[in-house]
Amino acid sequence: MASYNLKINGKAVSVTVDEDTPLLWVLRDELNLVGTKFGCGIAQCGACTVHLDGTAIRSCSIPIASLEGANITTIEGLANDKLHPVQEAWKELDVPQCGYCQAGQIMTATSFLSQNPNPNNKEIRNAMNGNLCRCASYNRIEKAVALAAKKMS
Amino acid sequence: MKDQNKFTFSRRNFLRTSALASGGLLIGFNFLTSCEDAVAPPVDISKLNFKDFNAFIKIAENGYVTIFSPNPEIGQGVKTSMPMLIAEELDVPWEHVSIEQGALDTTNFSRQVAGGSQSIRFGWDALRQTGATAKQMLINAAAIKWNVDAASCSASEGIIKNANGDTLGYGDVVNEAAHLEVPENVTLKETKDYKIIGKDAINVDIKKIITGEPLFGLDYKVDGMLYASVLRPPAFGQILESFDASEAKALPGVIDVITIGEQARNYLNQDSFDPSAHWSVRLSKTDKVVVIGKTTWDVIKGKKALKATWKDDSTTENTKMHDDELVKILDGKNLDIRREDGNIKKAFTEADNVLERTYESPFLPHNCMEPMNFFADVTDEKIHLVGPVQTPEAAAKVVASLLNRNLEDVHVDMTRMGGGFGRRLYGDFVYEVAEIANKLKQPVKLISTREDDMSLGVYRPAIKYRIAASIKDKKVTGYHLKEAAINSNMYGLIPNFFPAGAIKNYKVESGNHQSNITTGAWRAPYTNFLAFAEQSFFDELAEACEKDPIQLRLDLLKNVTDGEDPKIQYSAKRMTDAIKLATKKSNWGNTKEGVHQGFSAYYSHNTHVAEVVDITLKNGLPMVEKVTVAVDCGIVVNPTGAKNQIEGGVIDGIGHAMYGNFSFENGKPQDVNFNTYRLIRMKETPIVHTYFVENDLSPTGLGEPGLPPAGGALANAIKAATGQILTKQPFVKSLIKHDADLKV
Repeated sequence: MASYNLKINGKAVSVTVDEDTPLLWVLRDELNLVGTKFGCGIAQCGACTVHLDGTAIRSCSIPIASLEGANITTIEGLANDKLHPVQEAWKELDVPQCGYCQAGQIMTATSFLSQNPNPNNKEIRNAMNGNLCRCASYNRIEKAVALAAKKMS
Repeated sequence: MKDQNKFTFSRRNFLRTSALASGGLLIGFNFLTSCEDAVAPPVDISKLNFKDFNAFIKIAENGYVTIFSPNPEIGQGVKTSMPMLIAEELDVPWEHVSIEQGALDTTNFSRQVAGGSQSIRFGWDALRQTGATAKQMLINAAAIKWNVDAASCSASEGIIKNANGDTLGYGDVVNEAAHLEVPENVTLKETKDYKIIGKDAINVDIKKIITGEPLFGLDYKVDGMLYASVLRPPAFGQILESFDASEAKALPGVIDVITIGEQARNYLNQDSFDPSAHWSVRLSKTDKVVVIGKTTWDVIKGKKALKATWKDDSTTENTKMHDDELVKILDGKNLDIRREDGNIKKAFTEADNVLERTYESPFLPHNCMEPMNFFADVTDEKIHLVGPVQTPEAAAKVVASLLNRNLEDVHVDMTRMGGGFGRRLYGDFVYEVAEIANKLKQPVKLISTREDDMSLGVYRPAIKYRIAASIKDKKVTGYHLKEAAINSNMYGLIPNFFPAGAIKNYKVESGNHQSNITTGAWRAPYTNFLAFAEQSFFDELAEACEKDPIQLRLDLLKNVTDGEDPKIQYSAKRMTDAIKLATKKSNWGNTKEGVHQGFSAYYSHNTHVAEVVDITLKNGLPMVEKVTVAVDCGIVVNPTGAKNQIEGGVIDGIGHAMYGNFSFENGKPQDVNFNTYRLIRMKETPIVHTYFVENDLSPTGLGEPGLPPAGGALANAIKAATGQILTKQPFVKSLIKHDADLKV
């Protein structure tokens, strides 16, 4: 066990865990940030997506030891006083079915839109291809990313 | 059509009111007994209190309303749509309503199930009646306050009015209303007066979902809760021989390593155990090794550090063996007749030609995005279970029996589920955690990894169909379908689905092979593959009859008079209307160059659905561009939720028809995670356009019916484009040798 210092959702935190503990379980079990979900544990489904300095990463496959001093944003830290435009779009289009994968979808979408604020459909499909939705709410996810881009422009 | 507006009910069946200590009115209703007239009240109703009801309305003095939704939410949207039915008749602004998940009542009632797309169909009358009754009580209370005749008062949007123009809010009279008799006759609204039903209502949990608040079973925790990970046999047919936990126990986060299984064995070995009465039980008799730890990561690591040896207890089976056994059944003569009309032998003898095809499908795992998990706390006083399960009542009963406890000791709280698809009908993980918690006497959460879920789960059984049809004078004169399935056959209603009744000489037979691989319901059980087989076959029949594929179906439907054969499940009229709507909206037969269409229509779970798939070819491979869907589900309660279900069901159907592949070698599943098991992803997804047949008929379910027709429509589009006839799922294996190349 060792102590690690990170910034999570703008707040400095210190955790004492095994060095191989994936960020996902640090967030969920140590910090009670359960919005980030567990789906496959091998970076294939995207349910665990969070931001490292604004870039989408798979928290299930990144050990805490590699994140000393890192700046992490989770789904809980996305909205400030009001919802992020991506969250607004998700709500407006009533995207979720079961809802379990949606935090990861939203984190991928927000990171993507910060890099490509005006994407076409093909770019949206490429960007979101790594996130599985077993309920197959894909049509609405695609539309919501486009709507969010419009809201942010 | 049933008159939906007049109804009489007796208070003894489902209503009880109470003044709340905090102010306000509580109205409870028993969802089960109100659904079925024949069910007698389980106990003396006057002795019931609110814990005996599985759904109720709470009205606060400020007029705001809380509705407790009775049924488990797996993503099918009932937590939004069921309360809409109450709110409509209560006549309150939807914005003033908040929804909470009702808990399970294990003592008196028995139908809090998510399955079969039945929640809305069963709830339609009961939930509206409850809302209307509450509204009438509020009106009666206001009338007494005003000293006027209640008949001269009305209520709308949470406000009661009298003939003099006076108004009172619902919140102003709730305390008085709570002491009134429950009215026995209420009038329901006309369809045209609906303000909530038929309007889009956003998922009631939307804010929690998009901001990451705790909501799912995996998110539930209490102080001092431990985590448990279960090591099960790696192959079906094996049991535990011995294990060495020394390395696991040496890990700092591992608290203990225990075994479970004894209580499950006792339960299964009881003289009174009747597997047919325990359809939701999927328990194995082996011992299992359980790692207990402080965190999820501790137990995942601890399990990897376990060393176990396993021994064969029964045959470890292979997919090749299953294939051979199923073909043997189709070739043999020992099938059970499920329905037989006319004389198919004669029809086949007199035919101009006979067509025959065999269709094949593999096992499929459910792969809910939220892996199986459950919380249990077992003390001498009670058993507290929390988590995602589609059959909470069955879970409570089995746990009580397993642990030799009174059912009254068991309390189940339901969490939102990260998908169900049928997997969570089977509570094996609940029974495991109960046995673990009983040993630990500490609150504990069982966690499964994706590998756990996929490798020792409950699967859609592998199935094969052989269909033969006779054609004479370009007409279908006989139809013979045989089903061979692993473990279980199609259930009773399905042989009466289309084309039963439409073809004079008709026979459905089925047989099965018993396997030690656990199987069960998977979204739209049986029809999820049967519809593909039949709807693909119809396209070949159309060709043989020199007819347009849609015309062939319409012609066959003309042979059916609704109501003539009470066994026939579908309505020829409703199916015809859905087909015509899909034909029109898809621009059938008039597409752009390079676009190829396939058609399919299917009735299941009381809903009629017709679909047209549009594909293009890229390097000779199909790109699924668009699916046009026409649905007759009666009144559409929540259009946004309804469309979401259809979009999901159609894409799910296409995804599994294209890619779903699951096989066994020596009892061992060959794929255990998403690196090799392929699910449909966004780039492979068509755009789904959904249209509803407009009518005033009582609503039916939507969680499943969109799925079955999708595979057939896709196969027919591929046939139209390339001439290739697909008979085996997943299609991707027949389309190309290396399926990775198929990615766009």
